[in-house]
Formats: sequence, C-alpha cells, structure tokens
Amino acid sequence: MLNALMLRIGLALGVALGVATLVFLLLHLAPGDPVEAMLGESASAADRAALRTAMGLDAPLPTQWLGYVRGLLHGDLGLALGSQHPVSALILARLPQTALLAASALVLALALALPLGLRAALRPGGGWDRVTSTLAVLGMSLPSFVLGPLLMMAFAVWLGWLPVSGSDEAATLVLPALTLGLALAAPLARMVRVAVGETLREPFIVAAHARGLSGQRVLWRHALRNAALPVLTLVGMQLGALLGGAVVTEMVFGWAGIGQLVLEAIQRRDYPLVQGCVLTISLSYVAINLLTDVLYQVADPRVRAA
Amino acid sequence: MKRALRGGCIAVLLLWLACALGGRLLPLQPDAIDLTQVFAPPSAADWLGRDELGRSLAARVISGAGVSCGVGLAVTLVALLVGVSVGLAAALAGGLVDLLLTRLIDIFMAFPGILLAIALAGVLGPGLDNVVWALAAVSWVGFARLARAQTYAIKSRDHVLAARALGSGRTVLIGRHILPLIVAPLVVEASFVLAGAVVAEAGLSFLGLGVQAPAASWGNMIRQAMQFLLVAPHMLPGPCLALMSLVVCANVLGDGLRERWQLQGSQENKR
Repeated sequence: MLNALMLRIGLALGVALGVATLVFLLLHLAPGDPVEAMLGESASAADRAALRTAMGLDAPLPTQWLGYVRGLLHGDLGLALGSQHPVSALILARLPQTALLAASALVLALALALPLGLRAALRPGGGWDRVTSTLAVLGMSLPSFVLGPLLMMAFAVWLGWLPVSGSDEAATLVLPALTLGLALAAPLARMVRVAVGETLREPFIVAAHARGLSGQRVLWRHALRNAALPVLTLVGMQLGALLGGAVVTEMVFGWAGIGQLVLEAIQRRDYPLVQGCVLTISLSYVAINLLTDVLYQVADPRVRAA
Repeated sequence: MKRALRGGCIAVLLLWLACALGGRLLPLQPDAIDLTQVFAPPSAADWLGRDELGRSLAARVISGAGVSCGVGLAVTLVALLVGVSVGLAAALAGGLVDLLLTRLIDIFMAFPGILLAIALAGVLGPGLDNVVWALAAVSWVGFARLARAQTYAIKSRDHVLAARALGSGRTVLIGRHILPLIVAPLVVEASFVLAGAVVAEAGLSFLGLGVQAPAASWGNMIRQAMQFLLVAPHMLPGPCLALMSLVVCANVLGDGLRERWQLQGSQENKR
C-alpha cells in the first residue's frame, strides 16, 4: 500500500510540475512582446528595459523556466505589476473567501444530492427518480452565469430577502453558495442514484437480506459503504468544476475571492498575478485529487490489498 | 415519451441552426439603435423588448445563435482533430510516446473547468478566433483520452492483426479497421463537447473575454442584462432561455445516442 501511495504522490508531483510549466509558458503566448502588452505602447524604452530585467525576460527560455520553478519552490510567485506587492500575499489574502464559498457549496450539494439520489435509487422509475433525473439534466445545463443572475433576480430583486452582491456579511454568502452548490448537486445526485442502485443488486446485499438483517441495516451498513467509493471519486473530480465555476460565480456576485482577483488581473494585463492565481487554483485541484485517491485507498480494502 | 422528447430536442437544435445560418436573411437589425425605445418592455411587435440602446433583444438573440453555433462547431471540430490524432498516436506507438502523451493529457486535465480557457483568452486578448483556440485547448483532452482507450482495446483484435499481417499500411489500418469502430463513442463525446463549448463561449463572453460589443453573443447579453437588472429585468430571460434550450437539447441527444449505441449494456443494467 505504501508503494502505491508513493507512486500516486510521485505522479501528482509530476503533474504539478507540468502545470507550472504550462502556466509559465502562458506569459509567452501573449501576442507580441509581453512587456509591451503589460506596460502599453506609451511606456518609455527605459521602463520597458527595467521591467524586462526585473522579470528576467532577457534570459534564454530554459533559464527563465528554472528561475520560475526555483521561485515556486520558495513560495515566490513574483511581484504584481502595478502595486509591486508579492503575488503570493495578494492571493493568500483572497484565498479564505474562495475556500469558504467552495466549502459551503460542497456541503449544500451533499445535503441535497445524498437524500435525493438515495430516494431515487430505492425506487427506480418512481416519482423521486424522475424528479432527480430531471433536476440533474437541468442542473448540468444551467451554467452559473445563468443560474446566478436568475437567483439574484428572484431572491434579491423581487423578494428582497437577500443582498444582491458583496462579500462582507454572512447573508451575501447564500446566493453564490446556492449557485455553485446546485450545479454540483446535479451530477452528484445522479452518481449517488447509479452507485446505490448498482450496489443494491449485488449478491452480498441479497445475502444480507437472506440472513435476516433489517432493510435499514442493510442499506446503511452494507450498501452505502460500498456506494460511497464512486461517489467519493466523483466529488474529487467535480471539485475541479467547482473551482472553475467559482471564478464565474464570484464575478456574478462580486464575491472578493481569488476568481475575482484573476479577472481583475486579466483586465489590468498583470500577467504575474494571472499566472499566480491560475497556478494556485490548479494546484489546489491537483492536491484535492491526490487526497481523494488516498482516501479511496483507505476506504476500500480491495484497493489496499492490490 | 422518450421518442417525443428526443424529437423535440432535434427540432430545437435545427431551429437554432436555422437561426445561425439564415438569421441574416431575416429582416432583423440586431445593431439598429433606437433611443426612443430604450428599455422598452416586451410587446406584441417586439417579443423580448429592447435593451439600453433601444436595440431589439429578439434580433440580438437570433444573431447570437450564429456565434454560439459557430464557436461550438469550430471548437468541436478542432478538438476532435487534435484529440483523435493524439489519442491514436499514443495508442498505436505505445512505449515512451504513449507515456509522454498520457502525461500531457493528465497535465491539461489538472486545470479545473474553464480556468485554462479563461487564462488563455485573457492572455491572447478578446476576439472570436482566440475564443475558439482557447476552448479547443481545453476540449481536445476528452477526445484524446477516449480515442486512446478505444484504440488500445481494438488494436490487438484479430481483424487488425490480420490486416497488419496482410501488409496494410498505417493509413488503411487506421482509416478502415480502427476508426470505424471507435466513431460511435467519439460522436457521443462530440455532442457533449459541443454543449460544453457553447456554454464556455457564453461564459467567456459573460466575463468580457469573448465576443465584444456591439456584436451580440448570449454571454455578453447576459452580462449587459446583469448591469441593468434593477431597471430592465426583461433583458435577462431571452439569452438565458436560448442558451439553456440549446444546451439541454444537445445533452439529451448525447444521452440518447449513448443509450442507442450501447443498447446491450443498458439493458443488462436494467435486469
């Protein structure tokens, strides 16, 4: 098991390095000279030369890359263009807001998806099953920039129950968390339904019933434990969509998280900050997936033995 | 019931395709500014009302269909070509090539959702062609994984080995003996990629990174509607419903195709 674990960690580190390289190359994808794009046409030649030297852009590409990776290992993401604040400090200041939003959305999604998917699985083809599958299709086809404004119109403008936007009071969390949570609940409910449904048809469930165990006990102790594994994997995978969706949702509701920071940085052509934000979000996703993998090994004795 | 649902979905998709292709032929003026009609609510003559410059929202939704369908199809096509080539190359070459290409796929998969597209579109600058490149850069991975896995399963089947023993060249091997067998799952994936690309284009335009005003896209229409939510809430439903209808229908059809082509599998599951 330890070997398998080391392999997973090694693979994840490799992917992380690849992600960092891609993010590093992002700067050089900008049409023309990145320095010109960042400073604009009116900048003086001296300013351009200064920035070029400061960012190390006059060195050959491999040297630049080494410098970038070395900086990353020290937690150094460079300096933001305008303010000259360290990028890492700017990101750390916004990270808790995004984490709060993502965590609330996840809790909400689980609270919705588990009971819905379970009810649907217990009576395939029944009313709850139809409700769940309709909601799942709708939820998957409703992007956050459609659902968000619609929720805002209903609850903030017409009913006036909740604030329209912002990120200073607790009530402002409700709508963005709902927007993100509903989008996540849709595929989750579907997966819970499939996973529980399939587990309930397994021979060991029949055997448990035959031994005279109560229906409740079979469901909770035998079926759910086994159905939890594919659901766990999906949660890990969907967290990526959640983090990506958070960028858009933060923009809709003016939620001052890292997603809003990346969009501000793009508008200001502050490429070091854009790189830092994209890297932070992607690496969190890599870390989350690694964590799900590890949890999977702990939870499933079959994987552990292999 | 299911058949009726799918028929309806095909009808809606055809309708949007007709709008995309023939929208220009209609006597509509998506850019005509009429300052006497600013924020005019929906009426019998103007089903969706007017926007902040008095432009007809219905005309803009119809002209936005062109952007959505065009970007969706272009992205799917580019991603399909790149993805299938990479997938085939990985599976057929095997060894080190396969290992490297698989790692490359893993790295692209490590960017959550449309974040990579947001960053790419942001760095490349606004514009329709940049949107297509940014979204294709995100979408090819799914095709590559699928093509690789399918080809792997097929490449040592008897008929491929026989063809190889008979001295068939690589082109014949791929074109006659492998591709026809992996086309079905690729088409299913394409329908989902298409739906995803339509959503992602609207998302980028919503963020101000895609189609720029005065051109109309459903995404930038939703963005404008958000700005005037308190004054003119009638601006919101039109582009939202248009986007939803296109995406729901593409997804339902994808599901339908999947069920149809893997009929045996789904029946076994029901038992």
